[in-house]
Amino acid sequence: MALKTEHMVLNMGPQHPSTHGVLRLELEIEGELVNKVTPHLGYLHRCFEKHAEAMQYNQVVPYTDRLDYLAAIGNNFGYALAVEKLLGIEVPERVEYIRVIMAELQRIASHLVAIGSNGADIGALTPFLYLFRDREHILSIIEETCGARMLYNYIWIGGLSHDIHPDFVRKTKEFCNYFKPTIVELDNLLSYNKIFIERTANIGVLPVDTAINFGSSGPTLRGSGIKFDLRSDDPYSIYDRFDFEIPVGKGLMGTVGDCWDRYYVRIREMEQSLRIIEQAIDHIPDGDVQSAIPKRIKPPKGTVYRRVENPRGELGYFIISDGTVNPFRVKVRAPSFVNLEVLGELCKGYLVADVIAILGSIDIVLGEVDR
Amino acid sequence: MYQYFYDLTGNTILATLVVAVFPLVNVLIVALIGVYLERKVSAWIQDRVGPNRTGPFGLFQTVADFVKMLQKEDATAKDIDSKLYNIAPVLVFTGSFAAYAAIPFSSKLIGSEAEVGLFYVIAISSLVVGGILMAGWSSNNKYSLLGAMRSVAQIISYEIPTAIIVLSIVMLTGTLSLDKISNMQTAYFWNWNILGGAEFGITKFLLIPFMVVGFIIIFISTLAEVNRTPFDIPEAESELVAGYFTEYCGMKWAMFMLSEYGNMFAVSAIVSILFFGGYHSPIGYLGNSLGVEWLIPFEQAFWFLAKGWLFILVQMWLRWTLPRLRVDQLMSLCWKYLIPYAFVNLIIIGVISLL
Amino acid sequence: MKSAEEIFEILKTEFGDSILVLDKDTPTEPIISVDPLQIHRVSKFLREHPDLQFDNLMCLSGVDDANGNKVTNADGDELIEGGTLSVYYNLHSVSLKHKISLKVSTSRTDPKVESVENIWKSANWHEREAFDLLGIFFLNHPDLRRILMPYDWDEFTTEVSRHPLRKDYKNPEFYQGMKVPY
Repeated sequence: MALKTEHMVLNMGPQHPSTHGVLRLELEIEGELVNKVTPHLGYLHRCFEKHAEAMQYNQVVPYTDRLDYLAAIGNNFGYALAVEKLLGIEVPERVEYIRVIMAELQRIASHLVAIGSNGADIGALTPFLYLFRDREHILSIIEETCGARMLYNYIWIGGLSHDIHPDFVRKTKEFCNYFKPTIVELDNLLSYNKIFIERTANIGVLPVDTAINFGSSGPTLRGSGIKFDLRSDDPYSIYDRFDFEIPVGKGLMGTVGDCWDRYYVRIREMEQSLRIIEQAIDHIPDGDVQSAIPKRIKPPKGTVYRRVENPRGELGYFIISDGTVNPFRVKVRAPSFVNLEVLGELCKGYLVADVIAILGSIDIVLGEVDR
Repeated sequence: MYQYFYDLTGNTILATLVVAVFPLVNVLIVALIGVYLERKVSAWIQDRVGPNRTGPFGLFQTVADFVKMLQKEDATAKDIDSKLYNIAPVLVFTGSFAAYAAIPFSSKLIGSEAEVGLFYVIAISSLVVGGILMAGWSSNNKYSLLGAMRSVAQIISYEIPTAIIVLSIVMLTGTLSLDKISNMQTAYFWNWNILGGAEFGITKFLLIPFMVVGFIIIFISTLAEVNRTPFDIPEAESELVAGYFTEYCGMKWAMFMLSEYGNMFAVSAIVSILFFGGYHSPIGYLGNSLGVEWLIPFEQAFWFLAKGWLFILVQMWLRWTLPRLRVDQLMSLCWKYLIPYAFVNLIIIGVISLL
Repeated sequence: MKSAEEIFEILKTEFGDSILVLDKDTPTEPIISVDPLQIHRVSKFLREHPDLQFDNLMCLSGVDDANGNKVTNADGDELIEGGTLSVYYNLHSVSLKHKISLKVSTSRTDPKVESVENIWKSANWHEREAFDLLGIFFLNHPDLRRILMPYDWDEFTTEVSRHPLRKDYKNPEFYQGMKVPY
């Protein structure tokens, strides 16, 4: 009898400590070596797009919160921009400033989770809790203004749900001052940790052309060394007024486009977000944040594809209006959905432990992948 | 200790029983305190409060947990190999608790004064490997299997550098008895093995750097043997859920955990006996200066526990600071770095001791 | 940077009028309509032409146009007969920074579109999603399975509840013995 060997199939998820939700990965492994990764999605499918067709335009906003629940303001922002483009309305200056500040605060909060959970996946639990402590400051700042800590429903079509809290400006400035040293602390604790570098450098290398071909965006794309950020390459809102840099992966610890680069890009992006906030926070003009909100939203017939730079990448809303009060079709181009696709390509030939590191560095949110 | 209780009670059975129960009590107390301390220490490191509801400062939290664990339903999966599955936790626990029999807590508090104590401790802790492999295989779970394979590979690999360093100490001291090794480092801390041992002379100073290297190697490899971060890959929570004990629950699971904390103290004790004078005080005894002789064993027990817990605290500190290595990096650390260095160290110490 | 009109002119000289229409009536974005069975050729050209270099497929969305006749079947379900399903492609060039939207329409009864998966890998899951939610078949797709809905959805449901994003979709009564409408 001839001996034969076969690969072991390991089901990772949907219940697993580090698949970041209910993702199921089917790993074909040979010992610990991964030959093939097949993601299975849909465990969190909530039919957002079908729901949206039954709702009026403004009723869709709370549903968008639940897409990328770690960066709800970014989702609101993209949707509001898309519908405003359909309607052809401009929002007041004050609204633009507040939106940008809120979106950048949210970006920091979201990156904190991403970085922390990436570290936790690799076994460093302490930085994870430190980062959650810092995120708490942001959540309470936003909570004071709009009353929610996670699903804000804050950016409405043509305006905002509430004006900012009187303490908002002071507290945001305080946060900026508080947060800068903690980035240095984080660098010392995790980024330049020898073991962390061993675990992430040269792992899951994503070349630029593959990244673009797979439609990757956000830190996943920038980690591969290409300077592409919608805030400056396809500016929306008032991002063109601010001076900020786009950090890219340089391969400091290994190859360009490895897990460490993707991780490091996020840290540097938080610094840039702080820069934007500091430039904007003193120049919020006076005015009403709700004056432009249309009473009845009934856009003319047309299609629109509007994209914003969410913390995880390019969040696009493709909306078709048939001239009624309900959107005819809302399609979300979710960054995590597209970024996750490249996972199978990245994991080939690495170990089971690396799959976790790679998945953590791509940073997906299942609410957005499954919609 | 057996002799003492025999003289006290005049009954062999009673004396045997007392001596046999002693390590069990020890391992339980160590685990209770260890779990509590781990929670508190991790909380302090992570800027949290830690358990503070059950009893003063949350002291009874682990007790409450154990009570809960005892009550839990013993849920088992259907397709397990139930014989192996049930033996495994017992075997693992036995391995770690039997080691306590030979550990001298003070000059009077020793389970067994065996001449081959060191050899016995190393041998009996290898029992754990069998239990882990059994647990992983019989669970019929791929995560358990992977965890068990990793764990066995890791523990067996890291036993080699440990054994080599132990060998170099044995070469210096010329005995396998843990009690005698401790007694060679008596009086003051400059007599500790890490500072070259009790013999004063040129060899003492030549030995110091190599003893320090030996200590570092044995500390790292014992860390790996008890599966603590950064070497906790067998149970790497974020990869393998819980490694070889994924399928266990209730008291069986608790036995794995007990043995983990038991092992932590056992290896700390061995390290402190080999390098840090065992139960001997670094600064002389109060009992001697006061002329109260019965105080000395208590002082010795205090020093021994203090040294052991100090190493446990270092282990915890490392665990909550460092990420974990990958399985191949772990192996290359052992085979490419620790074992060669340990061998070279062994040879050099051998040459120095001939001087 | 090229405007939609310029891109359309380039395409027209390459492929001729027969498969391309530029729809400028849409108020917000000009859309080029393409034959569904030629889309892979057009896409390949768009990606490889040195003046276009559309290397990034931002979004691919299937749409039920709901432009057929409404009929009521024996069960009292309102169905749409005839009409079209469409797929929208939003392209972007990372290097040249211009954008364009394409559109293909295919018949609702036998929706077939050529896959662009071998041109832009990101189309893979988007096409699976369009197949899953709208039932559009992408020819030459390497792995056309459901992606968001359960793999065995078909086995438990009837024709009207196969593809949720179709406008005449009805919830099935049961899925695997579980009641669906709650």
